[in-house]
Amino acid sequence: MNAAFVGKKILGSISTLIFVLIVNFFLFRVVQKDPVGSLFRGSRVPQAKLDELRDQFGLEDPLPTQFVLYVRETARLNFGISYQTRQPVWDEIQSKIWPTVLLVGVAAILSALFGIIGGFIAAWRRGSATDYSITSSTMVFYSMPDFWLGMLLLVGFAVMLPWFPVGGMSDLGSSATGIEAVIDRLHHLALPALTLTLAYLGEYAIVARSSLLDVMGEDYLTVARAKGLRDKLVRRRHAVPNALLPVVTLAAINLGFVLSGAIAVETVFGWPGLGRATADAIRGPDLPMLQGLFLVFSAAVIFFNLIADLVYVWLDPRVRPT
Amino acid sequence: MTVADGTARPRNPAWDRRRTALRSFTREFWASRPGRYGLLILLAFVVLALAAPLVADRSGLDTAVARANDVPQWASPSEYPPLGTDYLRRSVWAQFVWGSRVSLFVGLAATVVTIALGSVIGVVSGFLGGRTDAVLMRFTEWFLVIPFLPLAIVLASVLGRSVWNIIFVIGVTSWPATARLVRAQVLTVKQRLFVDRARSLGASRTHIVYRHIMPNVSGLILANATLAVPISILTETTLSFLGLGDPQRPSWGKTLVEAFENGAITLRAWWYFVPAGVGILLVVLAFTLIGQTLEQIADPRLKGRR
Repeated sequence: MNAAFVGKKILGSISTLIFVLIVNFFLFRVVQKDPVGSLFRGSRVPQAKLDELRDQFGLEDPLPTQFVLYVRETARLNFGISYQTRQPVWDEIQSKIWPTVLLVGVAAILSALFGIIGGFIAAWRRGSATDYSITSSTMVFYSMPDFWLGMLLLVGFAVMLPWFPVGGMSDLGSSATGIEAVIDRLHHLALPALTLTLAYLGEYAIVARSSLLDVMGEDYLTVARAKGLRDKLVRRRHAVPNALLPVVTLAAINLGFVLSGAIAVETVFGWPGLGRATADAIRGPDLPMLQGLFLVFSAAVIFFNLIADLVYVWLDPRVRPT
Repeated sequence: MTVADGTARPRNPAWDRRRTALRSFTREFWASRPGRYGLLILLAFVVLALAAPLVADRSGLDTAVARANDVPQWASPSEYPPLGTDYLRRSVWAQFVWGSRVSLFVGLAATVVTIALGSVIGVVSGFLGGRTDAVLMRFTEWFLVIPFLPLAIVLASVLGRSVWNIIFVIGVTSWPATARLVRAQVLTVKQRLFVDRARSLGASRTHIVYRHIMPNVSGLILANATLAVPISILTETTLSFLGLGDPQRPSWGKTLVEAFENGAITLRAWWYFVPAGVGILLVVLAFTLIGQTLEQIADPRLKGRR
């Protein structure tokens, strides 16, 4: 992989990031004519003090100057103050990143694993009853809103059959430590993680299936069979490694959604992550919080897209630039 | 060819060709089982949405009327057929029937916006090429990378809650994929011999786009549009669930958020949120099945893949 290519990809990502900053700046400037006023809405603050703050935030400056100021503050991770909690937005986001990474990360790994295996099995036995049932069941999960699936699982396995907790990340007031705390965490994680796994499964299965079907038409598989390799070996050594390529790219791209992938599902399960923070910020509306969340979500996607591009080129010599 | 009064009329070969093409298209579509099922499910919902006033009285959505009629709260389907009532004594069946209108309308209207934006940008970019193409594609790339749902959430929060804003938001956030697909198709059609021939015969660019490029990408655009409807419907549902829906109109997403927020889960009132979800699932599935069948007919290479 040459440096010029990598450089070009990185520049592309930076341009996207700048675009996101511009969108973020203007969108919120449109609604938020007076951020200082809305920050202290309802509380009595003297006019002189408000004017002083407006001056401090540079709200009297022309738009380009304000934009430069905004970019500078964003680079310093100063995303403003949340209207709801009166805490810095970045602190709020930081405290909520790990629950989300845990939940969506677990679901991403499980869905990739089972989705790819299911897709490959379906492709290898194309047209069989196995193929039919795998394809149609993944399509059904793909067609339902993920949070509705969460509601069904919740009413089924937390209320009617009280096997799992109805929400949250740990039992309130529990002072369990060590292994018990881990078990408690897993117990709370089970239903939301299952919901997201089922919701993501379909995409992997569809891509894995069609990718293996593409490979199965290739001459080198006929050659491998002609050499006398058994079906199992043909599949393991020749078909699957080549079919994994698009799936790996998909997985890398999906990692970008690890932060923003569970907005509605986190809300259903009361999971204290970035998704629920988004739903809470909408209700406010807590504009600085929304603005910060949008930036963090976008940055994650941009970063992992870059990784996906680079990984793809590294894995597939055919698209490698000369 | 003779018409009723016996006078001969010259055949119009273009119309003959189109009629044959339409007939073989219909036959091919109906021969596909997924396509057939999808179409039947969709038709059922369209009929339901159109016949809403006949099958469910709108007064079922009115709490005051229900209270006056002594309709109970949280009645199960057996106590208050066919689908029970909610926390405001409203009929769940009426919400389901009237909600289908809003969900279908938002899904279709948002798709029209998506496809219009995406095809115009895709055709212009692919046909003109050069610097226009470079600029438009960079712009598309930017939009493609920004996570779709967060952008939709931010836009919807900024614009305020109404059906029209939701349609606009979905359209503006989901056009890039269509634009890229259409552009790629335009690029391959542009290389074909008949475009060169038309150009050497002196055809204008507008003529080439309308008579040669568009007919050859329209199949793909139609398939893409059908596959875009499910995304629009699911996005509308999610936005409503997050509290960005139109507060005035009953939609399936609104039913789900109201059921969730008013404790239907702990009250085991499954009848409140199961129907709306099943409705979304079936409509989304129907559009996906139809879209995949159209895609297969438009691009025969896909045959045998599904």
